Amino acid sequence: MGRALTLFRHRHGGLAVLALVIALLPLSLPNRYFYDVAILMGLNAIVCVGLNLLIGFAGQISLGHAGFFGLGAYASAILSTNYGWPSVVALIAAAALVGVLALALGRPILRLKGHYLAMATLGLGIIIAVVIATEERLTGGPDGMSVAPLVLFGVALQGERVWYWLVGALLLGTVWLAFNLIDSPLGRALRAIHGSEVAAEAMGIDIARAKLLIFVVSAILAALAGSLTAHYAGFITPGKVGFLHSIELVTMVVLGGMASTYGAVAGAAILTALPQLLTVFKDYESLVFGVVLMATMIFMPRGLVPTLARLMGRRT
Amino acid sequence: MAEFLQFLFSGLTVGATYALVALGFAIIYNASGVINFAQGEFVMAGGMASAFLVAAGVPLPLAVITAVAAGVAIGVALEKFAIEPARGAPVVTLIIITIGASIAIRGVAQLLLGKQFHTVPPFTGDHPIVIGGATILPQSLWVLGASIAVVIGLSAFFSRSKLGKAMLATANNRHAAQLVGINVRFILLLSFGLSALLGAVAGVLISPITLTSYDVGIMVGLKGFAAAMLGGLGNGVGAIAGGLLLGLAEALGAGYLSSAYKDVIAFVIILAVLVFMPGGLFGKVSAERV
Repeated sequence: MGRALTLFRHRHGGLAVLALVIALLPLSLPNRYFYDVAILMGLNAIVCVGLNLLIGFAGQISLGHAGFFGLGAYASAILSTNYGWPSVVALIAAAALVGVLALALGRPILRLKGHYLAMATLGLGIIIAVVIATEERLTGGPDGMSVAPLVLFGVALQGERVWYWLVGALLLGTVWLAFNLIDSPLGRALRAIHGSEVAAEAMGIDIARAKLLIFVVSAILAALAGSLTAHYAGFITPGKVGFLHSIELVTMVVLGGMASTYGAVAGAAILTALPQLLTVFKDYESLVFGVVLMATMIFMPRGLVPTLARLMGRRT
Repeated sequence: MAEFLQFLFSGLTVGATYALVALGFAIIYNASGVINFAQGEFVMAGGMASAFLVAAGVPLPLAVITAVAAGVAIGVALEKFAIEPARGAPVVTLIIITIGASIAIRGVAQLLLGKQFHTVPPFTGDHPIVIGGATILPQSLWVLGASIAVVIGLSAFFSRSKLGKAMLATANNRHAAQLVGINVRFILLLSFGLSALLGAVAGVLISPITLTSYDVGIMVGLKGFAAAMLGGLGNGVGAIAGGLLLGLAEALGAGYLSSAYKDVIAFVIILAVLVFMPGGLFGKVSAERV
């Protein structure tokens, strides 16, 4: 009981700290460029919090989430720009479309385990990416397409400051949702599945349903972040849909610390900011990035946030 | 018929390189449980090193041998300086380390040799040979012949030599292997060296046909992984069959259906196989012990 209480306090404390960071960060953002990086951090963090539910808590790997991200982005872009749908309706329709797709494809795919699941999701992501890059009439092909701005209550959202607060609020909402999911019966079922699928099934957990649900939730969050990214940037290219972006997302989750929601946020923030910081190394940029990634994982094999949390726990 | 033969030749040539890369995945997976995402970079390193050496005036045979040696050195260094220090880390962490390594290796290649494409001259001329109305490049014969030789050599190594048997024993049961006195740490090092060798060989063989650049490893690695999974992860025969099938699916799909969608065709086939055979074509479905 006592432990549960600390956990409870810890969790709400964490949310408060995150809200405070989001609220105070603008004080240290000198110009639009920094706002831009912060917004991208937040959008990636939304994807990673969802992906972490799937990878970190349920133990099911996905190397195809950039596909869902891209499908959300392009569906939203095509519906609002080419067909003139109101952008909010397009965004919701895109998220629903991706949700239905994940529901239909998740059932056969999630029966696979471990590296085979990784392969299947990878294949799925690549199929989506190739289709988007090839269907030029609809998507503009490899050159990408421009996207209409997001209109909320009759006002077009433009400018980094407005977007910063929107993304910040959505990130808080996503984290709050993740915590509630983790503590729900579904969350406990997922952790049981992570421990042992057979044992979970023997306890009466419908493992196929639980895995499918979290797969759909994480796909919808990715689609939502994709739509927002497209509307925010005003432009979208197939690069954001590809295999490398999927790998990047998983790397964010693992670097931050699996099964740690704040880890997913931290991992997304760090790996979004790092390439920007490393531009000072010019030609050495990707070499330094690779070495930093390797070194972090070698010295903090459980990820940043869990390792730091343990260090702090020891001290106090 | 001539058209079909043409697609068959190109499919088998590309498939042979996929098979070598897939074998590399299988060897490292068997020794460590890790999917080595830097596998494609060994192919890139082999191709790029041979291109660089030939351009610097080194005779082709010497350049090829040195390039393969360079690939092996990278593989050994990767195990020694990145995988071994992280011993005991979760498998997914090790996988991210190999992703970091692949980014770093690409970075080095780009730094040393730039972003442009490089060529390697074909080993024995470029006069196409006509067979049944279809043509085949002499270099394709090199790819096929050398791949067959490598596979025969590898199977002899695993079935005849003590070291090869020790590797199989380690793959089968790491702790039992350690108990009978096998140095499993050395086996892990060896597995990275061996799989880098396979990748670098694939790289020097295919580069005269496809050209090479610092980022070719991404796609080749991806296809090799797909081939390994299609055949059944950790299964040598499966890796070879998976590689050849994937190469053929791509070539025939590009030839008869759509070249833009050749990758989609290949991955749809893989997804279909996995849905019906969750352990790949040659994989065994094992019961989970509780």
